[in-house]
Formats: sequence, structure tokens, C-alpha cells
Amino acid sequence: MTYTQLGILMVLVAVLIDLFVLRTRLVTRRGFWVAYVIVLFFQLITNGILTGIGAFRYADDAIVGQMPADGGPPPMFGEGRVVFQPFEDLLMGFSLCLLAMALWIYWGRRGVQRTPMAGPPRWRSGRWARTAPTRPAGADPRGPGDRDAAT
Amino acid sequence: MERFTYLAILAFIFVGSAWLEIALRTRVLRRWKRLLLSLAAPFAIFVAWDIWALATGHWSIDPARTIGLDLFGVIPIEEIVFFVVVPLAAILSLEAVRSVRGWPLGDEESTP
Repeated sequence: MTYTQLGILMVLVAVLIDLFVLRTRLVTRRGFWVAYVIVLFFQLITNGILTGIGAFRYADDAIVGQMPADGGPPPMFGEGRVVFQPFEDLLMGFSLCLLAMALWIYWGRRGVQRTPMAGPPRWRSGRWARTAPTRPAGADPRGPGDRDAAT
Repeated sequence: MERFTYLAILAFIFVGSAWLEIALRTRVLRRWKRLLLSLAAPFAIFVAWDIWALATGHWSIDPARTIGLDLFGVIPIEEIVFFVVVPLAAILSLEAVRSVRGWPLGDEESTP
């Protein structure tokens, strides 16, 4: 089996596990896709660096793309590459992250440390937020010593 | 310094996601039992895949870019760390989105 075939297979397996085995149905939720786009963005950067400098090399018969005949670096795009990495890496990354995230939701639903839930962000409540919303009553927002006014 | 390349990227991924635990109160590391249960199976599956792929020659890792600690003679220690740090970053991202947007993910008390 090639890396391409295994990558596609693992994406299918991860989606089927999410939908029908764990029944977490993360792929139907907006929060999952937004989180995945964030993960994908950083995968393109970090994995792009490692594949671009040749820290990772792939056999020509394992992936769709072929390496340049002169033994040079892989292209940034083309030959099945997305920011230097073979698109097969994106399949592996997606299946790895979906599986871990689905299991996280699964165990939470089963009652394993379901709480304390995430949030709110520190800038909305708590120490970091005190500068803005909980200004002492009657204080002039543009008065001396105000942090917002200083910038 | 070349041999710290891969390790440095892993450190970036960890630091770049772990700050969410503090700033967004993701409470993922704090719920470490649930975290370990979630990481165990993907870790086993993908490390096995990685060892097989390295042995088969699907891909290879430049030894000059790793610190040189190879487990079972084939898999650099960085790869082992990768399959902990990356799924952790994914879960942190998921909870970060929930923290900011409040969208349900299916494990709420009364799941919509």
C-alpha cells in the first residue's frame, strides 16, 4: 500500500469512527472545522519548513508526486506538494487530529472529566479583564493613568 | 545546531498551543486523565504506522536534523514526541474555539 492509499484510508476510518463508532459527529460541527483550519495553518508552516529543508524525504513510489531528477529540493507547489509537503501529509494530519479530538469529546461525554469546561477567555473575565469593563464607577476613561488612553 | 531542527519545531508547536491553556482557560492539561485516554489510541496507531513507514522506506528522516536518539533503531525520539504534541495541540485548539465562540461540541450537559 502506498502512503497515498493509506492516507485516504485513514481519513475515511477516522471519519467513520467519529460518525458511527464514537458517534461524536465532530465533522458535523462548526467548532471542529474552525479548530482544524487553525491546526492546518500551523501544519503548513511547521511541516512546510521540515519538508522544505529536506528533513523529511518521501519515496517516489509512495506518494503521487515525484522528486526533481537532479536531487534538488521539492517544489513548493505542484507534484502533489502543498507548501513543500506531500498532500498525503495533510491526510495523515487530518486523521490524527480528528481521531484525538473525537476521543476527547467521547470521554467527556462518558463523564471522564467532562468539567471544568473551557472558557471564558481571560480577557473577558478575571485579572486581565479588569482594565476595561470593571472600571471604577465615575472614573473618566480618558483620565490620567488610563491604559487605553496611553496607547 | 542543525540537529535541534526537528526538536525546535516541536517546541514551537507545544509553546504555540499550550499558552491557550492559560489565556483561554482551555483546561485540557488540567483534565489530564481525559487527555491521556484520548491520546493513547491515536498514539499507538500512528507510531506503529510511522515505524512501518520508516522501515518500508515510505519516508525517511534526515539524521542530521534529529538529536540522534533512535528508538528500536528506526524511530527518532522526536517522532514519538510528535505524536503527543500534535494531537494535544489539536485538542487545545478545539477547546480554544469553544472558549471564545461557545459553540457546542457534543459533550455538554444537555447536548443540542
